[in-house]
Amino acid sequence: MSAGLVARLEVPGRVHAEVTAEPGEVVAVIGPNGAGKSTLLKAVAGLVPSRGEISVGGESWSQPPRPVRDRSVGMAFQGQQLFPHLSAVDNVAFGPRSRGVPREHADRAANDWLERFGVGDLARRRPGQLSGGQAQRVSIARALATDPRLLLLDEPFAGLDIGVATALRLELARHLTSYDGITLLVTHDAIDALTLADQVWVLDAGEVVQVGPPAEVAAQPRTDHVARLVGLNVLEDQGRFMSFSPTLVTVSLAEPTGSARHRWSGVVTSLAPHGDAIRLLVTGERDLLADVTPAAVAELELVPGRRVWLSVKETAVRTYRADSA
Amino acid sequence: MRTADGGRQSHRGAVTGGTLGRPPFALLVPACLAAALLVVPLVTLVLDTPWGDFWHQIGSHPVRQALWLTTLASLATVMACLVLGTPLAWLLARIEFRGRALLRAVVLVPLVLPPVVAGVALITALGRTGVIGRPLDAWFGVTLPYTTWAVVIAHTFVSMPFYVLAVEGALRSSGEEYDAVAATLGADRWTTFRRVSLPLALPGVVAGAALAWARSLGEFGATITFAGNYPGTTQTMPTLIYTELQSDPMVARTVSMVLLVVSIAVLALLRNRWLTRA
Repeated sequence: MSAGLVARLEVPGRVHAEVTAEPGEVVAVIGPNGAGKSTLLKAVAGLVPSRGEISVGGESWSQPPRPVRDRSVGMAFQGQQLFPHLSAVDNVAFGPRSRGVPREHADRAANDWLERFGVGDLARRRPGQLSGGQAQRVSIARALATDPRLLLLDEPFAGLDIGVATALRLELARHLTSYDGITLLVTHDAIDALTLADQVWVLDAGEVVQVGPPAEVAAQPRTDHVARLVGLNVLEDQGRFMSFSPTLVTVSLAEPTGSARHRWSGVVTSLAPHGDAIRLLVTGERDLLADVTPAAVAELELVPGRRVWLSVKETAVRTYRADSA
Repeated sequence: MRTADGGRQSHRGAVTGGTLGRPPFALLVPACLAAALLVVPLVTLVLDTPWGDFWHQIGSHPVRQALWLTTLASLATVMACLVLGTPLAWLLARIEFRGRALLRAVVLVPLVLPPVVAGVALITALGRTGVIGRPLDAWFGVTLPYTTWAVVIAHTFVSMPFYVLAVEGALRSSGEEYDAVAATLGADRWTTFRRVSLPLALPGVVAGAALAWARSLGEFGATITFAGNYPGTTQTMPTLIYTELQSDPMVARTVSMVLLVVSIAVLALLRNRWLTRA
């Protein structure tokens, strides 16, 4: 039996997942809203009832079903959910004390955790007196303070200012390298998946549709959601995927002739600045992204509603099979 | 005076609209009648209270006895609500079981039940020949009716629903998600209740206790039916008022005045923001 996480879980009507992770790994769980990411985490924690099997470190959590408090999980939800009536240090000490650690030891350990996350001077504050970033640090410290086998982070950077989120992301990356448990990180952000994760699970409509290292998933996405996250176009045709960068798409008003093998017609639905370029969303048979220069936008009079042709050279297209990743 | 008036005039001149017209007499007249009905008796009670003799009457033996018993019974009622009602409120708020909706409905019945019916119901259960009262008498020689215990039981019966309702509401609004967090941190349900649910529901607990206390102070029907009206053992302030009205109306007014003041104090306490925050 694996020393890590082996799960085949089904939350009827919501999630069906067969996944594994090794100790020390950080897994980014990505997918569109409603794909079942949070539900999967809650099923792992035992907070929502599920069918199937789950074992962690060779111990089954499903046969017999293990109550939440005996599963070795630490959770940090989005929106923190710190106990509002307890100070930061009491929040962090809550887990150890609930597991029978004497108060003094638990408080000392909790203070250490707060120090490690750079919020040691805020130990006596209540959650209402903390900023979003500080509260999220306390929340993650609280989750780690019980030394859990699994760390479950549900969009820990959601709702934070970009600067705060970036700082916290760096800190978290540092902590996770020394953490020998398994981290499941639900995120909406490609950066999290690419910088923090060893492995990515892509969920879509309750199913795990792709599993692999971040670079591979980013290069060969199988869902529109991931393709959009990493800024690629992806098309599926009979089990074969084609992906290509929006920068390599040519936009023209007339149907292109010549060497470009792949061509699609569609209507411009939106334009948005993207770095130095303008990113078009063109809706036709498929939604496709194309990056063009501002000069081209003026020259071709590209406005929403304009019918255009997109084409891409064969050499710009990466082709892969569904079973290769 | 003139400048103030002038300022108000110019103010009224500057801002127009926003008024939908005079209140119609069809609403104004009954509204004033209703207000008068509620206010006038309270004012006349205050005016008719023999203030000159107030402390002398409060100090009289039967009044002191009734005051003491009322205080004792109402505090015991609050204790009973805290110790028994809090777990019941938690059960209703947190545990799903068959018949939960029915149990909640039954628990709330005493809110609307005529108190005298509550007293009769208590006699059928705990009276000397009642379902529980008979074995209590036969096996332990304990008879409850017409004892101070009966007063506390009757008060608890009518007060508990107020308490349970307030605390269940507070437990629900304080959120089950905190229970889930506590569970992932390794807390069992008792620890979670003690350290998370109860502290978060504290405003509701205080409000519920105040409501139960106020209800107990004024309890009459169930008490006189189940516990009787014996000075020193079961005569509380309301039953004393009832007795004195027939012999010495001045004492009745004095004691009524005391209960009015206490009621207003409870109301003021409940309107405090700290209590209504939950």
